[in-house]
Amino acid sequence: MKKKSINNHTILLLITVGLFIILYGAGYISYGVIETKGFEKLQTFLDILRTNAALICIACGMTCVMLTGGIDISVGSLVAMDCMILAVGMEYQEISPTLLVPFVLLIGIVFGAVMGYLIGYLDIQPFIVTMAGMFFARGMTAMICTDQVNIAKSNWFKDLAAIKVYMPFDIGAVVNKRGVKMVPYVNVAVLIALVVVILVFLMLRYTRTGRSMYAVGGSHTSAALMGLNVKRTKMITYILSSFLCSIGGICYCMNTMCGTTTQALGLEMKAISSAVIGGTLLTGGVGNVFGSFVGVLINGTIQSIVSFNADLTRLGGTVPNVVSAFLLFLFIMLQAVFAKLRERKQG
Amino acid sequence: MKSVKDWIKKISKKPLFLPLFSVFLVLVINVIYDAVQGNYIFSFFTFELKEGALYGRIVDILNRGSEAAILAIGMTLVVSSSGGTDISVGSVMSLSGSLCCMLLAGFGVTHVRGPEELQMPIWVGAVAGIAIAGVVGLFNGFLVARMKIQPMVATLIFFTAGRAIGLLLTNNKMVYILLDEFKWFGLGKTWIFPTPTVIAAICIALMVLVLRFTSLGMYVQSVGINPRASRIAGINSAAIILLCYVICGLYAGVAGIVATSRIYSADSNNIGLNLELDAILAVALGGNSLGGGRFNLAGSIIGAYTIQAITTTMYALGVAKAQAPVYKAIIVILIVVVQSPAVKAYFAHRKAQRESLAIAGRS
Repeated sequence: MKKKSINNHTILLLITVGLFIILYGAGYISYGVIETKGFEKLQTFLDILRTNAALICIACGMTCVMLTGGIDISVGSLVAMDCMILAVGMEYQEISPTLLVPFVLLIGIVFGAVMGYLIGYLDIQPFIVTMAGMFFARGMTAMICTDQVNIAKSNWFKDLAAIKVYMPFDIGAVVNKRGVKMVPYVNVAVLIALVVVILVFLMLRYTRTGRSMYAVGGSHTSAALMGLNVKRTKMITYILSSFLCSIGGICYCMNTMCGTTTQALGLEMKAISSAVIGGTLLTGGVGNVFGSFVGVLINGTIQSIVSFNADLTRLGGTVPNVVSAFLLFLFIMLQAVFAKLRERKQG
Repeated sequence: MKSVKDWIKKISKKPLFLPLFSVFLVLVINVIYDAVQGNYIFSFFTFELKEGALYGRIVDILNRGSEAAILAIGMTLVVSSSGGTDISVGSVMSLSGSLCCMLLAGFGVTHVRGPEELQMPIWVGAVAGIAIAGVVGLFNGFLVARMKIQPMVATLIFFTAGRAIGLLLTNNKMVYILLDEFKWFGLGKTWIFPTPTVIAAICIALMVLVLRFTSLGMYVQSVGINPRASRIAGINSAAIILLCYVICGLYAGVAGIVATSRIYSADSNNIGLNLELDAILAVALGGNSLGGGRFNLAGSIIGAYTIQAITTTMYALGVAKAQAPVYKAIIVILIVVVQSPAVKAYFAHRKAQRESLAIAGRS
């Protein structure tokens, strides 16, 4: 039998998963076993998924972009714009969501195509182009409407967002004080996010486009010499990222049911840090969607633990940021150490 | 006729052409706007002395653009030496402002109304604020130079944590320092000039002197072009990169104190928000490659003031503050598209085609 060697990247992924287990375990023991505040319930885990459904979609797109060695910092603003379009369209213009949802997805594709063209074909730095995209989307949000628009009118979008998808076979069901059986549930956004993760994972692993993304990120020149269309691959990556971001925007809107100009501020950095924690390198060529998914879960768990801890909550909403920055530091140090080790092995 | 063409060709190849051209465009738009509005055509260029202080639109732009200009100096060095951007500067500004206000007011105190309530002299607070920014710069530099981590990821740590630590320092509250001595940094005047412009001028002058009288500039460029070769040539690449990050951090601290003093309060959530993007944009507008290597400090500084001029002009034209980013984005895209190698190559190709056609027609 051929012995499978574990390479450094697999180790990074394993560390990510291990860290998630440790972190969640710590929360479980402190707030589920020692103090019974409810962390032990399955619902807590599902709530992490529920609040981060949009981020999961976006982190998948970000992973693809980072695989090609680029970066996309326009995602947060694009989410805000999508939410605003959905909210204003449904509330003020009374357009059916049947039209609006495909329209938002189309906007994502067009937005990504423009940025992808500028980056791929005109060879402009991704940071600058997506920064312009970020300004544009954020400003557009304010142009559409500067107020907070709540979606109050009932339509199928609102009904869809309100659907509770209960766990099958009553997994993790608990009986509360009044004797009512509570079955843990997720919403549709979570299902969308999970489907996105699986599809992007399969795409990166088995399709020509997915493999090209790895190749382009590994080395532009080698990819070009191999006969891959580097420019086209880059453009497709940004289209994919913006498209996934639009899906994320729809998920985000399902959770918040409103559109404001300050929505999803800093979401791009959350997505990037999730991807980095998940083992994706900014230099490109290395990474995994599953890692990014776990990265999002780690960030969500930190937030959840902080919300369970009364002392930390009193300090304000910034504690998760400090903790997640520290974890980010831990991770990139680990990555750096592995990179050094590998260098030594080769050299 | 030919000489004009040649002159245009020659001047458009100069590194400072693009930033200066953008400034020129902004000025033209302002003049046209004044003409349309029926104002005095050159009202953009007028200065007036009111109560011993200089006023005017240009002064306003120079004043408001101070922080971005100060940041752009440090950012230029960072971009040039490491080929990456320091995205933590905005957060670090807020951190240094928060620390300064916290030290001056004492932990948990929200208002300082008189000099007797100060916990320590103002300059100590300011120096401490700048020092902590330098420490953050050292941390970033260590990660980039020694641990070989991509600059953006390394600085992402303090991008996330800086603002948050600032909020923890101020106990999640706004800390007001209602003293004229403290307001001096941001709102005061030195002789007839607004103090921020003077501080920016000092920062620029310091850097220019350092670049002129030491070989730092050359080292930085050489490290940016090829760190390995520079190392072999006897330059301590890691130390140079580290130094650049520390300088960038210190300058971010100075900008943070100015920004804090402008609103005489530590508002962690808003000080320096998105200013790192302006600084990076200024570097790119100045004709510097974000991939590192050769740098042009004057270009970056002009770039920073150009961005401020664009913003001020847009507000003067009646664009709402929240909508201004749309136009900013369009301007940025136009500028980078004109600068992009593909477009340049296309025009060169077109020209070559035309010339060969002309030769063919002649024969």
